[in-house]
Amino acid sequence: MDVMEKLTILTDAAKYDAACTSSGAQRGRRPGYVGNTSSSVAGCCHTFSGDGRCVTLLKVLMTNCCVYDCKYCVNRCSNDTRRAVFTPEELAELTIQFYRRNYIEGLFLSSGVLVSPDYTTERMIRCLELLREGRRFNGYIHAKAIPGTSPELVTRLGLLADRLSVNIELPSERGLAALAPNKTRKAIFRPMGLIKNTLLENREELVKYRHTPRFAPAGQSTQMIIGATEDSDRHILSLTQSLYDRYRLKRVFYSAYVPVAENTLLPSLDTKPPLLREHRLYQADWLLRFYGFRAEELLDESEPNFNTLVDPKCGWALRHPEFFPVEVNTASREELLRVPGMGVKSVGRVLYARRARQLDHSDLKKLGVVMKRAQYFLTCKGKLLDGLKLRQDSILRNLIAAERPSLPQAEAEQLSLFGQAG
Amino acid sequence: MEAIYRYDGTFEGFLCCVFDSYVYQEYPIQFQDPDHLAGSLFPSRSVGTDHSHAQRVLASLGKIDPYARELAVKGFLTCAPERERLLYTFIRALYDIGQPLLRQLSHEAVLPVLKAVRHLDGEVHLLRGFVRFSEFEGTLAGEIRPKNRVLPLLRPHFCDRMYNEVFLLYDRTHREALVHRPGQWAIVPLESFQMAAPSAAEAQYRRLWKRFYDTIEIEARRNPKLRMSKMPKRYWDTMTEFQDEACFLAGTEQLPEGAGR
Repeated sequence: MDVMEKLTILTDAAKYDAACTSSGAQRGRRPGYVGNTSSSVAGCCHTFSGDGRCVTLLKVLMTNCCVYDCKYCVNRCSNDTRRAVFTPEELAELTIQFYRRNYIEGLFLSSGVLVSPDYTTERMIRCLELLREGRRFNGYIHAKAIPGTSPELVTRLGLLADRLSVNIELPSERGLAALAPNKTRKAIFRPMGLIKNTLLENREELVKYRHTPRFAPAGQSTQMIIGATEDSDRHILSLTQSLYDRYRLKRVFYSAYVPVAENTLLPSLDTKPPLLREHRLYQADWLLRFYGFRAEELLDESEPNFNTLVDPKCGWALRHPEFFPVEVNTASREELLRVPGMGVKSVGRVLYARRARQLDHSDLKKLGVVMKRAQYFLTCKGKLLDGLKLRQDSILRNLIAAERPSLPQAEAEQLSLFGQAG
Repeated sequence: MEAIYRYDGTFEGFLCCVFDSYVYQEYPIQFQDPDHLAGSLFPSRSVGTDHSHAQRVLASLGKIDPYARELAVKGFLTCAPERERLLYTFIRALYDIGQPLLRQLSHEAVLPVLKAVRHLDGEVHLLRGFVRFSEFEGTLAGEIRPKNRVLPLLRPHFCDRMYNEVFLLYDRTHREALVHRPGQWAIVPLESFQMAAPSAAEAQYRRLWKRFYDTIEIEARRNPKLRMSKMPKRYWDTMTEFQDEACFLAGTEQLPEGAGR
């Protein structure tokens, strides 16, 4: 089998993984080595595929052979599909040559489980060793830690990679038991905890000894599949929250379930991937990471799922009229961040500009505040925007209209939800 | 008094315009570089470029605030219509008001400059990813057609990333090229540039990349609109994955110079 065929098979098998970022590691150039890790905070997208997802890394599996039989996965052993294995040389050559041509920022290496987790991880380590040491690759590497791998191997993997990730796969133990019989919650969280502890120890050592080899400098991330099981948004978001709190994850990725297998336990094959739901979860994830929200503020037992019509931040704002309006010229950063239509950047500009003089409504638009959304929730010098109508139902309608064009799916059910909110 | 200033089209030349406008107590209402043809009823002045004058203006901006200096330098690289006039208005207001002007982000002399610079920075950020190189006997070559003059800002990124490589990056819009070999770089004017036909190995890597690009898409999530908003079409014609078949065959001629879609 030639490299073209292998690349096709092993890309096709890896494409459902959501993570594709290159941020978080800052490693300068080294004489004699290929590349660096981009110093830009925002990461570097090299292209966007036809589905609009960013392509940063060469995202492939080392092999799609797998001894597991997870029902939702294209690579399950019971699936009749073509199998391939990259040799370390092939993989290293592809990565280096793609990198030199500025196609990619680095390698994302995942793998099916060949023989056993330890055996697979050892092969992955051999690939990365050849790439890092043999071919002197200094760019970004994201490696998957496979649940059930022994701690020494995970540590070795982390010394070669910039970021490690362990996939949670399904948001609940029940889902795992039904759909991924070879994986348990414990087996997934063990390496995650191990990575967290090794990271902490490594950071301490780095303070003492500057030349200590760095363990996964870009931290760890995870992903879970949305819509293959019955879990609520509330469950998923609180899980996310606890992952950030307890395991210090850098990112949690969500992947809308794309039906790849016929099984009575799974949504049927003609189900559309729940893209809007995934979108809402990402919006909420941003609120957790950058806007100071907590999961329990956004969803509770009476409302366990996100409203499809308004984004989570608007939803929160509409449920908390007592918090608004916020006075732009005196409010704290935390308060401003809770105003719909204001983001981290525009809040930064407001804080910077208002030290020179008091701002009014006409300034805000120029500072990048989305007034279509924000106008209902703020005052300038104590005044609301002139001529603004503050009726609950018209606010809701306008907020919905402001967001609709940018949503992944057109919603047909709007009328029923108007009734609910009014 | 109002006047039209003619200068050599360089940043230093522009700084000398600023210098001279204070010497002669004039307010330049238009700036003309050597390519400019039209005559006008207004009195005009030819400004000679004097390195020491330019340095004094630049230093004075840096003294007000390093950020002011950065805005002036970057502002001159943008593609904003009448960027010289925008920058002149900005610099003049800066001398009048001083450092506090920089906090007035919505000020009429500041906002247009900020907007133009944001557009420039955005294009630089995208192009860090969208530049494509091809290998010709060990040398890498790439081509872009940006709106802004991005090469000076892309330079540190690519010189770091490709520290050990010999490469050339051609900006077809502004007809200049960034050339680099280990430890040395230069941005030089280059009237024409034509990429050679790919070797067999180069063509194979292009095909592999194209295959990867086509395979990584999840068809059930197809969303051309989203792709277009993240990656505007004007970048596509210099990106390998959007070329037609000829580009993937060894030894065939490349697109004719400047051919767009």
